[in-house]
Amino acid sequence: MSKELIRLRDICMAFDDEQVLDHLNLYINDKEFLTLLGPSGCGKTTTLRIIGGFTTPTSGDVLFDGVRINDVPPYQRQINTVFQKYALFPHLNVFENVAFGLRMQKRPDPNNPKKTIKIPEEEIRERVLEMLETVSLKGFEHRRPDQLSGGQQQRVAIARALVNRPKVLLLDEPLGALDLKLRKDMQIELKRIQQQVGITFIYVTHDQEEALSMSDTIVIMDKGTIQQIGTPEDIYNEPKNAFVADFIGESNIIDGTMPRDNVVKMYGREFPCLDGGFAPNEPVDVVIRPEDIDIVPVEQGQLTGTVTSVTFKGMQYDIIVDFKGFKWLIQTTDHSPKDARIGIKLDPDSIHVMKKSRYSGMFGDYSSFSEEYDELDDASLGLDEEESGDEE
Amino acid sequence: MKNKLSRFAVPYVVWMAIFVVAPILIMVVYAFSSAEGGFTLENFSQMGTYTAVFTRSFKLAIVATLICLLIGYPTACFMSREGPSFQRMGMVLIMLPMWMNFLLRTYSWMTILENHGLLNQLLEKIGILALYNHITGANLEFFPMMNTPGAVVLGMVYNYLPFMILPIYSVIIKLDHSLIEAARDLGADSVSVFRKVILPLSFPGVLSGITMVFVPSVSTFAISQMLGGGTELLLGDLIERQFLGGSYDPQLGAAISLVMMVIVVVCMVIMNRFGEGEEQAVML
Repeated sequence: MSKELIRLRDICMAFDDEQVLDHLNLYINDKEFLTLLGPSGCGKTTTLRIIGGFTTPTSGDVLFDGVRINDVPPYQRQINTVFQKYALFPHLNVFENVAFGLRMQKRPDPNNPKKTIKIPEEEIRERVLEMLETVSLKGFEHRRPDQLSGGQQQRVAIARALVNRPKVLLLDEPLGALDLKLRKDMQIELKRIQQQVGITFIYVTHDQEEALSMSDTIVIMDKGTIQQIGTPEDIYNEPKNAFVADFIGESNIIDGTMPRDNVVKMYGREFPCLDGGFAPNEPVDVVIRPEDIDIVPVEQGQLTGTVTSVTFKGMQYDIIVDFKGFKWLIQTTDHSPKDARIGIKLDPDSIHVMKKSRYSGMFGDYSSFSEEYDELDDASLGLDEEESGDEE
Repeated sequence: MKNKLSRFAVPYVVWMAIFVVAPILIMVVYAFSSAEGGFTLENFSQMGTYTAVFTRSFKLAIVATLICLLIGYPTACFMSREGPSFQRMGMVLIMLPMWMNFLLRTYSWMTILENHGLLNQLLEKIGILALYNHITGANLEFFPMMNTPGAVVLGMVYNYLPFMILPIYSVIIKLDHSLIEAARDLGADSVSVFRKVILPLSFPGVLSGITMVFVPSVSTFAISQMLGGGTELLLGDLIERQFLGGSYDPQLGAAISLVMMVIVVVCMVIMNRFGEGEEQAVML
């Protein structure tokens, strides 16, 4: 059981009249890789900036190791940041960029406890070179930032933050500017670095896949509130509401009711499931992951529908199937032609039942399939104002 | 760099050729010609006579440039930190004097600085003059301000200050704010942020500001005539005399201009070397 390092207690943040964070409560353990995940405008970067000390919350407390640090300026916090666009100093070479923090540091003079001295040059050199080795940039000391590729600049930014041996490293969408291949490499690299240096990483992203593959804990945020906190597995398998289900991976979300425990009713038909604890006949949201659906011949199907579109995705086909006007996404390795009638079978453990929330009815219908895909391509499922609001 | 848009540069190239390159060439030809038209180095051999004028011109221009820098940098810094409406306002205030005719601006300084002008009257009224006389034991009727090197420098600073503020301001305003946050994050207090990040990164602006103030200052003639009263003969005046004044000698004038130009270019090249790597400093 690792110990708690940072606690955000009842944090509110408002810019002008806009409530950006709404009574946020969160604790972060030591040596944890925690990801703040959400669409743009959900308040994740603001949360990070509050922890870093660049923004002071309107109300609430930030505790570090049990001590309130609301008024401690960034340069006095044992926290360093990797900025979104790296923010490397263009007038300094790689070595000096990494050494920047060390040159700023003062430590007590061993000969005269009242005085402070700078870190000796040899130590700076040693630590900078060691850190450059950690991020695999040995030999790049004399390059200038503009002579480096995006991935290399990224590593310099990480080295520059880590060389100060912070207790916490904040990363603000650090891989956003990199291409897909490099992003994958850096994900593995970041996880390795985190395990090697053994400190807390707080990572902000809107890329769900990035969050799933790196984090110990994921915090899903929307509209300034936390929707769910959990391990990647928890969040994927047991989403708390339609927003989380839709944001993490693909989901078909269907209106249903719970006549009794372990039974859910959709399309007028009862399906066995593993959920319970709802009031009799309580309306619920039912989540079915596209990869959990078995296609069977029509006569064996619990439900039958018509294929309206087929997309080859390499590993699988994404097919859209119309079940009485509600379109599902099914991921399958078997090809089904367009306009075919198919049946489906749902195992009890592939059905997830969620309480109705303010997000009910906003997600999970694949009628606007191509639009969904456009949004997935840039990995930002932003919620527009028009989309929300009408169903409650 | 063959570019489809390059043909749009043609008018500019023609313009530059006619109005910049050609005049310089004509000047060079003149500088090496005698009054009869033959080739000669005679014009340059006279140059030693004017050492004092050269020294004075460069000295006053350097002083004026330094003062502009001392006033301009903090002004630009201060402005960049304020809100957008303040910045627009500040910009207008800085540009405002430039909407007036250059000579008119300088004439108004004459009225202010005159022996019995506005400033002296003010100083007399509030008792500064009496106080000064009392302390030093002098018996001045007014502070002599006109026709001094100080007045010339004042004129230069007043007229060219915007050219120092604007390039510095435009560099600072474009500074990536995340760099400042990064420095703070890495343990730099406000002084260190300024010294290690803002100052070095605003260097290109400082360089072009210096260039834009120094070059016109060193060759100015109207300011020194009006505020220096001819007592402070500067290069600009000297050159003007060769073309328009009694000592008509365009060949000599061209030679002086050429020498001045070479010195200025050498100064600028050295300066840009000094700031090498700080992006490409603008060389006028």
